[in-house]
Amino acid sequence: MAADRQQSGLITRREAILRVSAVFGGAAIVGQSVMLAGCAAQPASETGKANGGALFRQSDIELLDEVADTILPETSTPGAKAAGVGPFIAMMVDDVYNENDQQIFIAGIKDLQSRCLRRYGAHFQIVTAAQQLDLLERLDAEQHQYMESRDDDAPAHYFRMLKELTLLGYFTSEIGYTQAMRYVETPGRYDPCVPYTNGEKSWAPHA
Amino acid sequence: MATDTYDAIVVGSGISGGWAAKELTEKGLNVLLLERGKNVEHIKDYVNARKAPWEYKHRGGRTRAMEETYPVLKRDYPLNEKNLDWWASDQDSPYTEIKRFDWYRGYQVGGRSLLWGRHSYRLSDLDFEANARDGIAVDWPIRYADVAPWYDYVERHAGISGSLENMPQLPDGQFQPAMPLNCGEELVAGRVASHFDGRRRLIPGRVANATRPLPGRSPCQYRNACWLGCPYGGYFSTQSSTLPAAMATGRLTLMPFSIVTELGYDRDKKRVSSVRVMDAATEKTTEFSAPVVFLCASALNSAWLLMRSATDVWPDGLGSSSGELGHNLMDHHFRVGARGMLREESLDDKYYFGAKPVGFYIPRYRNMRGDKRDYLRGFGYQGSANRQDWQRAVRELGIGANFKDKLAQPGEWSIGATAFGEMLPSHDNKIGIDATRTDKWGQPVLKVDCKTGDNEALMRIDMANDMAEMLDAAGVAEVSTYDDEYFPGMGIHEMGTARMGRDRRTSVLNRWNQVWDAPNVFVTDGACMTSAACQNPSLTYMALTARAADYAVQELKRGNL
Repeated sequence: MAADRQQSGLITRREAILRVSAVFGGAAIVGQSVMLAGCAAQPASETGKANGGALFRQSDIELLDEVADTILPETSTPGAKAAGVGPFIAMMVDDVYNENDQQIFIAGIKDLQSRCLRRYGAHFQIVTAAQQLDLLERLDAEQHQYMESRDDDAPAHYFRMLKELTLLGYFTSEIGYTQAMRYVETPGRYDPCVPYTNGEKSWAPHA
Repeated sequence: MATDTYDAIVVGSGISGGWAAKELTEKGLNVLLLERGKNVEHIKDYVNARKAPWEYKHRGGRTRAMEETYPVLKRDYPLNEKNLDWWASDQDSPYTEIKRFDWYRGYQVGGRSLLWGRHSYRLSDLDFEANARDGIAVDWPIRYADVAPWYDYVERHAGISGSLENMPQLPDGQFQPAMPLNCGEELVAGRVASHFDGRRRLIPGRVANATRPLPGRSPCQYRNACWLGCPYGGYFSTQSSTLPAAMATGRLTLMPFSIVTELGYDRDKKRVSSVRVMDAATEKTTEFSAPVVFLCASALNSAWLLMRSATDVWPDGLGSSSGELGHNLMDHHFRVGARGMLREESLDDKYYFGAKPVGFYIPRYRNMRGDKRDYLRGFGYQGSANRQDWQRAVRELGIGANFKDKLAQPGEWSIGATAFGEMLPSHDNKIGIDATRTDKWGQPVLKVDCKTGDNEALMRIDMANDMAEMLDAAGVAEVSTYDDEYFPGMGIHEMGTARMGRDRRTSVLNRWNQVWDAPNVFVTDGACMTSAACQNPSLTYMALTARAADYAVQELKRGNL
């Protein structure tokens, strides 16, 4: 019984890191989790910026801001753009991703832009909010299907990378901590069981 | 020179060294505490403790540059942006891996006491009698009754929170009130206890986080940020607990940046007569002397120091006459367990407040009280139940306004636990000097040759499946097991490289942690462990250190050292 689960239950190294980070209270390893499988195969010394130090142009960062803000838009709380998620994603891809993943990412945002042009005849930054959402929902479905069925060693889908970095960038930002969620640096006490009413925000941890 | 002579010298300032310094100074000795790394001053040097989570550039993650600089540390969680300063540099202090061995070191005042997981469990006679019962390695020279009063003693000062459970395999202690199980954990605990008739029990983790004030320390503030250093002194560390006590005596001299490279051995007196210290900054060497020396440099480094000493008498170093110095390296094997979703209507409207720095513990139940498996010894579990946070969504489908607002709210309850298993001592698991490589200070490095065996492999099957079985019994949904692969060292519980024993021909240390060949040298860190048990070991190091220090002072007074 439990034994047959052994196989299906095996988790990937990537998920392991996620869980470890959760155990130690650090939420902020999601972005990097994307490329851990790649790291093992590729010597660190071969990693580096894909194109001589200028990985992203300003227009790319504007695109990232728009994409992030479509994934996590302004609601009763500020959206991803207000939380600086576009520049954060660019910085993380630059500092954290290995060359392989950087290339997938860069090619990915080009793909996103050309899909937008084909479907709506304009760049992502200027199509309507409904069109932005429609395009990203399609991409989200595509990445979800791919990620659930891919081989363990296969690279991640670029939209998974985008989505992960968006969630990480937003929920670990000051806006994410203090406006989207509730943050108390020093709770001072532990209540093991308190009533919860649907809609109440999460308590975000200090570390 | 008068200043170079002390009553006792302690090498290493982590959990064991801090205790040695406290006990020896409080008993009237002038003590020199040597630490190879930098000083870390309590509170003042916890530079990230108050930093907001969003102020870290990479939000706590790791960059390519960090991975290049820390080829060993990057293998697991220690490599992160928030407390990298407290992990030793892989480049300055390399070592040779005959087989993969992950060695995560803390080279600063306080050592890994600043970084430890803080779970604090007593060993019992199930553990102290294990080697003799199984005919494995050698018998421990002590039994639970020898250590019990010392567990009492160190628990009171360190501040261990926990519940009284009356379980013989995990003796109760002098606990502060436990950090209670949350409602999810409580529910599962009840069902596990009733399904397994009390043989398997899920109890609050016993942890060195205070729930009541202690001298100079506030109780835990539930930030769950211990590894940044606690500005409240909420958890036990050298800095929060033993160092201030030792300092208060006025008899402690703390010397950071002091690498002990050799113990000078007087072959006529059969005593160590001096300690050679290299200044880590200037590389100048100084000698100090004292009638008593405590080695608390961590299991591998204390053994390294013995191997580098008295080589004119014994080519393989002080304590090697037994043939066991550097052998019997152990760790706890883990990274295997199970998890699932707690879908209970009664929990939908429940949450918790505060970040508890511990979850639950499931004490060992295998190979005891009539249970018999196809492997020896056993394992315990550490786990927790929590409502999921925004990370749950990375794998889920969804974007947009509703998605975002939902993620800002707590998700479903999930529960998971990881087993920590006993690793058998084996003469073949060993460390030695690699004369072909040196570290930043020109010292030859260690080579490590260690692997787990069939016993651990068989145990791991139970370690995964038993947890799934318990979660199933508790009605947990979507139960799955995992085995994330384990390499020795990952547990950061290195033990056994200078084991205690009853016979000088088969052990390095006697029942009082004295080196058989140099009774004025006491080794009280993980090196002394004769078997590993499955409990987190630090509390036992504390108790054995306090016990040995008490004995050392008595022997000193009797003129025997």
